[in-house]
Amino acid sequence: MRIKILGSGCSKCIMLADNTRRALDNMGRDAEIVKVTDLTEIAMLGVMSTPALAIDDVVVSTGRVLAPKSIEDLILAHDAGLHGNG
Amino acid sequence: MEILRWLNEQLLRMQWLSDLVAWLLGRAGMDPSSRLGGSVHFFIYDTIKIFLLLAVLIFAVSWIQSHFPPERTRRILGGMRGVKANTVGALLGTVTPFCSCSSIPLFIGFTSAGLPLGVTFSFLISSPLVDLASMILLASIFNWTVAIAYVAVGIVLAVAGGTLIGALRMDGEIEAFVTRAPAVDVAPQAMSWRERAAYARDQVIEIVRRVWLYVLIGVGIGAAIHNWIPQDVITTLLGQDKWWAVPVAVLVGVPVYADIFGTLPIAEALVGKGVGLGTVLAFMMAVAALSLPSLIMLKRVVKARLLATFLFIVVAGIVVIGLLFNATASFFT
Repeated sequence: MRIKILGSGCSKCIMLADNTRRALDNMGRDAEIVKVTDLTEIAMLGVMSTPALAIDDVVVSTGRVLAPKSIEDLILAHDAGLHGNG
Repeated sequence: MEILRWLNEQLLRMQWLSDLVAWLLGRAGMDPSSRLGGSVHFFIYDTIKIFLLLAVLIFAVSWIQSHFPPERTRRILGGMRGVKANTVGALLGTVTPFCSCSSIPLFIGFTSAGLPLGVTFSFLISSPLVDLASMILLASIFNWTVAIAYVAVGIVLAVAGGTLIGALRMDGEIEAFVTRAPAVDVAPQAMSWRERAAYARDQVIEIVRRVWLYVLIGVGIGAAIHNWIPQDVITTLLGQDKWWAVPVAVLVGVPVYADIFGTLPIAEALVGKGVGLGTVLAFMMAVAALSLPSLIMLKRVVKARLLATFLFIVVAGIVVIGLLFNATASFFT
């Protein structure tokens, strides 16, 4: 699993990255966290408000600093989606 | 009506705060009616008033804005065409959260979704120019007639400017990579009221952090105008009878990167010195709608000719609005 933090490097993006790491720690999971700071690259993913979060290139949240618990839920939903499709 | 006026005086103008600061200064042995005392009074009273209003208003407005993420705005605008689309775009611009740093993703996101260029510009003009917080702040320093008129002409400018840009058919003036961007429809996420409250609180912290310096500078300039610059200097430069007053105010305001909150104390002081209402409002609009950083941002997604057209339309529009307000000033007092 690869998680992207999309944002121009503002303080909110750093908070979102921290919360994502905390969520992964809570779940005992490991994932690659990538920060995307180029605004055009962010826009190419369809994101219009930052910070945003993408799991395996699927944008799951925009414009908010999510709490760790919300990120855990999104990761679980992502897992469920994978199994549902597979 | 008496009760409404009292509420306006105490809640928005905060007469009680003015009285309290005057009383405290008096206790400290300073005469608020003296020149120095007056400046100190203006500085303390205005700083506290603006930050109080800022905190309360940003919280309330952010709560409303949390219902209108740009992804939702894009969906609403998706099926619309013509002036109706421009109007709805301008109206949504007033409630969609905006900062100049998000103008590039917004522009690409709107364009790739197939929104007409003119509609995107209607949104981009109204978004920084008109919002609910600035309307209430205008009501606090002028009155509700002025505040409502400001919002109305701001939206008219956004609709007319966007429609004009659309009619000029400048779609070839968008940078190529923008049109190549895939249209990705990101679903807006549901938010609980707790999340909205947290979002609104974060917005207050972020905006106060971003604008506090501009507010202090603005209050400082306001205090200087209020008590130190002679009336005739101001009226010679920017008086009601000077044809250049409005264009000068706009040209000074355009490059300035500040929040409308920072311009309020300057506006307040200028009006007190007899500068025309239209001149002051044109200055505020120019500061809010355009700034050097936001133009540099836009330059990355549009070519020079479109950028210049956009700049010209907005500047000309604000000058016309300023002249109109000056010509009809008696209606607003």
